[in-house]
Parts: sequence; C-alpha cells; structure tokens
Amino acid sequence: MNSLFSLPEASTHAVTVDHIFYLLLALSGATVVLVFGLILLFAVRYRRGSKAKRGPMPEFLGREFEIGWTLATLLTFAFLFWWASSADLSSLAAPPHALEIHVVSKQWMWKTQHANGAREINALHVPLHEPVHLLMSSQDVIHSFYAPAFRVKQDVVPGRDTDIWFEASKTGTFPLLCAEYCGTNHSAMRGEIVVMQPEDYAKWLTRQPEGDDLAHEGAKLFVSQGCSGCHATSSNVHAPRLAGLYGRAVQLADGRTVTADDAYLRDSILQPKRDVVAGFEPIMPSFKGLLDDGEIQSLTAYIRSLGEEPPND
Amino acid sequence: MTDSLLAGELPLPPRPDYLRHGSTVWSWLSTTDHKRIAILYAVTITIFFFLGGAAITAVRLELFQPNGWLMTSDSYNKLFSFHGIIMVWFFLVPSIPNTLGNFLLPLMIGAPDVAFPRLNLFSWYLTIAAGAFTVYALVAGGVDTGWTFYTPYSSMFSNTHVFAAAAGVFVVGFASIATGVNFIATTHMLRAPGMTWFRLPLFVWAIYATSLIMVLATPVLAISLLLVIAERVFGLPIFDPARGGDPILFQHLFWFYSHPAVYIMVLPAMGVVSEIIPCFARRRIFGYDFMVYAMLAIAGIGFFVWGHHMFVSGQSPLASLVFSFLSFIIAVPSAIKVFNWTASLYRGQISFESPMLYALGFVGLFTTGGLSGLFLASIPVDVHVTDTYFVVAHFHYIMVGGSVSAFFAGMHFWWPKVTGRRYPESWAKFAAILMYAGFNMTFLPQFFAGYLGMPRRYHTYPAEFQIYNVMSSAGAAVLAIAYLLPLFYLTWSLFYGGKAGRNPFGATGLEWTTSSPPPPKNFDWQPRIDRAPYDYHAEGMSAGTDPPEMQNAKETQ
Repeated sequence: MNSLFSLPEASTHAVTVDHIFYLLLALSGATVVLVFGLILLFAVRYRRGSKAKRGPMPEFLGREFEIGWTLATLLTFAFLFWWASSADLSSLAAPPHALEIHVVSKQWMWKTQHANGAREINALHVPLHEPVHLLMSSQDVIHSFYAPAFRVKQDVVPGRDTDIWFEASKTGTFPLLCAEYCGTNHSAMRGEIVVMQPEDYAKWLTRQPEGDDLAHEGAKLFVSQGCSGCHATSSNVHAPRLAGLYGRAVQLADGRTVTADDAYLRDSILQPKRDVVAGFEPIMPSFKGLLDDGEIQSLTAYIRSLGEEPPND
Repeated sequence: MTDSLLAGELPLPPRPDYLRHGSTVWSWLSTTDHKRIAILYAVTITIFFFLGGAAITAVRLELFQPNGWLMTSDSYNKLFSFHGIIMVWFFLVPSIPNTLGNFLLPLMIGAPDVAFPRLNLFSWYLTIAAGAFTVYALVAGGVDTGWTFYTPYSSMFSNTHVFAAAAGVFVVGFASIATGVNFIATTHMLRAPGMTWFRLPLFVWAIYATSLIMVLATPVLAISLLLVIAERVFGLPIFDPARGGDPILFQHLFWFYSHPAVYIMVLPAMGVVSEIIPCFARRRIFGYDFMVYAMLAIAGIGFFVWGHHMFVSGQSPLASLVFSFLSFIIAVPSAIKVFNWTASLYRGQISFESPMLYALGFVGLFTTGGLSGLFLASIPVDVHVTDTYFVVAHFHYIMVGGSVSAFFAGMHFWWPKVTGRRYPESWAKFAAILMYAGFNMTFLPQFFAGYLGMPRRYHTYPAEFQIYNVMSSAGAAVLAIAYLLPLFYLTWSLFYGGKAGRNPFGATGLEWTTSSPPPPKNFDWQPRIDRAPYDYHAEGMSAGTDPPEMQNAKETQ
C-alpha cells in the first residue's frame, strides 16, 4: 500500500515516469530559487531609500539580453518535450503476446475478465513481469482506469474500445481508482490490483469458478444470437466469411479500406450499415440493445480466435 | 504633473463626480457610464464570489474525514459543481475585465466612455439573468456534472438540473462576447490624440488580448452547451454512441473554449501587475514591447493547446504529441513575462504598499503554477497526474493564486481612484500577507496528494490522503479569513476612509491625471499623449537615488 510520502514504483513504466517527474522537479526548483531569489534580492537591495547604486541601466540589459533568455527558455522546453515525448512514444503500443484481459466499467464498478473466462469485480489479478494488455469498454458514461502505482491511466469510453498496458514489477496489492467523474458514487468506484508471481497467478486462475473462456462464450452467442445463420461457412446467405478476418484489411463498398480490429467488429455488429463490405448487400440487422458490452467482447474474441486458424478457402 | 499644477492651469467649475451624479436606484440601473457599470459588476461578482466560496467551504469541511461526515455524495457532487460553475463563469471570467477593465480602459486611453455604452449595460443585465438561471439550478436541487458538463453523463445520465445550469452559462457567454466586442471597438476607435498602440499601458493591451479571446472562443462554448441541451431535452443523438454520436466530441468543443478561457482569466491579471510593479519600483517596465508580444502570443497560441486536457481520453497519439509541443511553447511567453517583472525591480526604489504586496504575491504564485504546468504538458507525467489533485492545485495556483491575487492587487491600487477614499493600509498589508500564506497552505499539499494518486472530485478517499486534506482544509480557513478581511476594511473606508488625492501613489497613466473619483465623462479637458507609458525616469536610466517625490518635482519644473 501507499506510504504517506512516496508512491511505489510497481511497473516498468513507473520508473520512466518518475525520472521525467524528478527532472521537472529539479528544473522547477532551480527556477523557483532563481526567480524568488532575485525578487528577494532586489526587494532588499533596492528598497526605497537604500544607498544601493542606481544610475544608468547597464548596457548589456537590452534587447539581446531579452532575446537570449527567450531562446534559452525555448530550448529548455524543446528538450523537455523531446525527452517526455520519446518516453511516451516508446510505451505507446502493447508488446505482442501480452496477456489480454478485458475490462468493462459501469456506474460504479469495474468488471474484469481473464482469457480463460475467470471474472472479477473491483479486482484484477495479474502476473509479475508479464506485459498485461487491458481492452476496455464502458456500459454507460466515461470512466477512467487509474492505477497510481503503475503510473497508468486511460479513459474508458462508451461506444469505443480503449486499451492500456503495463508490466508489473513488484508483487503486492495496489489501488485501482476511477479518475473520471462518473456520477453519484464516483469516489466509491475503487478496486485493487493484485500482482502475483506467475506460478501463483496460474494457480489462482485454475481456482476460479469454472467459466467458459471468452472465445467459447462467443462461439455459443454466435449460434444463439443467430449470427451463424448467415456467417457460418455452411450458410446459403451471401454474407462475409469471418475466418481469418481479424487483423486483415477489408475493402468496403464505398471504396474505403479499413482494418478489421476490435472497434471495426464492434461497429459492424451494432451499426452494420456503416461499413458495408464490398460485394455484399447491406442486409444485416443491428444487434444494438440485444447484446451488452461483455457479450460483444466475447463475440469479438470468438472472431479473433477464428483468425488464428489457417484460412479454409 | 501635480494636483496644484493642474488646478492652477485649469480652474475647474464645480461639478459632481460620477458617484454623486444622480443618486437614485434608477440612475444606477439605467446608467451607461462605464464607471458605474464597473461598480454594478463589482457588487455582482462579489456576491457570486462569496456564494462560490460558501460552497467550497462546505466541501473542504467534508473532506476533513476520508469517508465523509456531513453530507451525501450527491450533495458533495452538487457543491463542487456549483463552486466551479460560479467561480469560473460568474467570478473569474468577468472579474478583472468587467470591473477594473470597464472602469479603467476608457480612462487609460483618454476616452469619455466605452464605444458602446448601452451594450455595456446590456451585458451586465445578461450576467444577472444568467446568474438567476444558475442560482435557480442550485435552489431547485442542484446540478452534479462538475463545471465541465462532460457527456454522456450530462446529456443522458445526470438527473439533476443540468438544463438550468447550462442555460445560465450559455447566457453569461453572451455577456462575455458583448464585453469583448465593446472593448475591442473602444481600444481601436477611442484612443486620445497621441495615444499610439505602443504608448498603451500594458493593462490596456491585456484587456485587448482578452477581448479577442472572448469574442473568438466563447461562441464555441455556446455551441457545445446548446448541443448538450439538444440531446438532453430534445433527445437529438449527438453524443450518444449507441445512436452514432461521439462523447469525445464534447470534450474537443468544450476545451476549445475552456483552455483559452484560462487566458481570459489570467491575461488581465498580468495587465494589472504590469501597472503596479513599475509604480512601486519607480521603474519603466522592462522590455515593454516583449510584454506586448508575449500577451498576443499567449492569446494566439492559447487556441491550439486544448488537447492537453485529453491525453487520456483516447485521442490519437499524434494529436497528443502536437498538443504537448504547443503546450510547452505557450509556456515561453509566460516565462518572458515573469523574467521581465523581476528585471523591472532591478535598480528600483521599491516600496511595499499593499498593492505591491499583492502583485509580488501574484508573481510568486503564478510562477509556481506555471512551472507545475510543465509537468502537465509532458505526456507521461500528465497521464499519471491528470484528473488528480495535482491538476486541482495547478489551476488554482494560476486562477486563484494568480488571477484573484491580481484582482485584489488592482482593487487596492485603484480603490482611491474609484471611490475617492483611502483604506487602512496596515490592514490591507496584513490581508495581503495572510492571503499568500493561506493560499499556499491550502494548495501546496494538493500537489502531493495528487502525485500520490488522489483523484479529484472524490467525496470519499483512501485514508492515507487524510493528512493532506486536513492541511488543505485548515489552510482554506486561513484563506477564507484573508478574503473576508478586505470586505470589511474596504467597506469601512467608504464611510470613514480619508479623502484620496488625484494620484496617491505617484503613478503614471492618464487615469491618475483626473480627479478621484473622476467626473462622469472622465476628463475635464482633452488628454493628449506625447510619451511612452511608465515614464518613471528617463530612457536608459534607473530609478536614481533620490526619493521619488523629489524626482517628480524635478520633472515638473
């Protein structure tokens, strides 16, 4: 847990952030000392009636002096930007083969689901030293997934998937907070993140109540919601085949090309008329209101699992 | 120029000053005199200031305990929302421009009034109408969206009085636009003979730059609130993702106004301080033209940094990079100003009357707030501290430490001119120092709480943050006393204060050449200007070693 004056650096990313933070702190400290020091010095030395030397202003205090400190400030800030941004860019994309965990937020709780189907509420167990990639969506308003010990935060937005990743570097229990104001019990929308040794995590996973993993749950929905009536290989309806679709470029009827990612699949389920695949009629009905966010995540996971098989045609 | 000299040149016929020129209530409510409208605004925003202050007093009391002890979460949420809405739109935005700006702009450029006196009065009535909507929202049960009105919460989920509050802010926006148009036209059209652009006092430049932002940015606020109302009241799908809307669109529109709005609040403060520091240091402002360009640069670049409020919203990484870069760039002109104020003290004859204490307090707090802004411009650090108390501390340093300190600085500096009375100086000095101390006691701990991960807008919070909240709440009590003190001694001075002369501080500037309080049309003669502002000593010289009174005497001989 947090101590009073320091925050644990519990992820690889936290160390990077703190380095930038400390540099900024040192620079700000120096500036404060300089500005406050000069003001105090002048206030004492040039107080009204003091005998300090006045007379004409020295030559060097002119336009060049002003341009000089402007440029110095500009260069310092450009350096800060470069340093902070390069750290940002290098941590942008989750590493491939990161452990994927789904997060659904709603007023006022966090629901997490592991790849094997294990579900948690207001809690998230993750293994140590393994990149964890969170795929997040919101069922109502905007929330924000905030883990101070990992120095990560990402808004969770309804109608769009956002993601975030981290690699825990310390075992322990760390707070999970909602950082975007989301209504009455915003401040109660808290949970905890438990970082475990990988073998403990594996054991913990097997101890969880039996649940289908996401892809299997999605396969069931695929049949029960009637998707298979058109999209199954055996169907007579002229509908796009889904095997091998995930991650591929898709040519649309209006000439655009999009990548079949989570967001595209979600849009195609909820707003099928928006991105019609070239060569197909816009006959698919919308499933808006029929599927909740968790079910859509299961369906996308199922379609993604189809992508891992070799194409069958 | 001294009083006796002027009086000797121009024997004035007896005439009432603007305060005694009509004394009925109607003469005030129907006035088109910019000075009287400034007073109307001052009374109005003082009421709003203490309303917003009362709301946050309750909030700070509640935060003594990590799990609350006074109120429900709903009440808490409504109180901080009310505090934000009132303080931003009904105090900070109109504070300096509509009181000091209204009063001083025509005086400083040698004009008899603003360009559109009736529009000026109309904008005050709009403020009153808007305030009525907003206060109604509170009385009727409150609004709980925060001052930011984020969708889809505000447009679909909140079951509080969002409509009344948004309507209030929508209407007060038009008051802001009217004021902006008026000040721009006044600065362009009504400058006295010889008052060239680069002879304008920096306060006029500040008000001019502020007005540009008001006119260009406020319509976007109106649009975004109108869209919230359209979705909430008429069910039009705008932000609802289930019907093809985009909740993030609101944030782009909102911050396109609300980031420049920060400069609406802080540019006038910079103008005030740029008048006061030269006067009490008896020095020309260092780098006048750089100060002007810096203010225009802030006003311009301020329109292109809004995305730094959205680094964690899911906007594209490229957009975040561009916004981060521009946010660093906009810190450069602010840094220039701080350096120039500091350099203006060099070789001065510095005295520490209350306006100077407030002004130096501004420089210190603005510097601290500005430096904390660098943390928020750096994407990785911002991701960690955004939506935490670090941000709360940052913007209070700029808007309360900065703008409110400058507002008090200006109020004390021009009080003798506005009212014709002197206030008790030792009380004023005490209040200035207390305000600086109380402010730091309140907001410095919030930087720590924020860095350690305490999110903002939290009614209940993890127990380890209690110490910081207790420190902050204790500081807020000191700050509250410091804000109440001027209310008493300034009111006292209206009745018992000594008569103020034309120019009690020996300042340059046209407003000090007319009587205190000024006559209805400001000047009894046509002012003409033949020199740069801040003419406290010859070009290239410093304040000199003689006391300033003697210098002035020498100049006039």
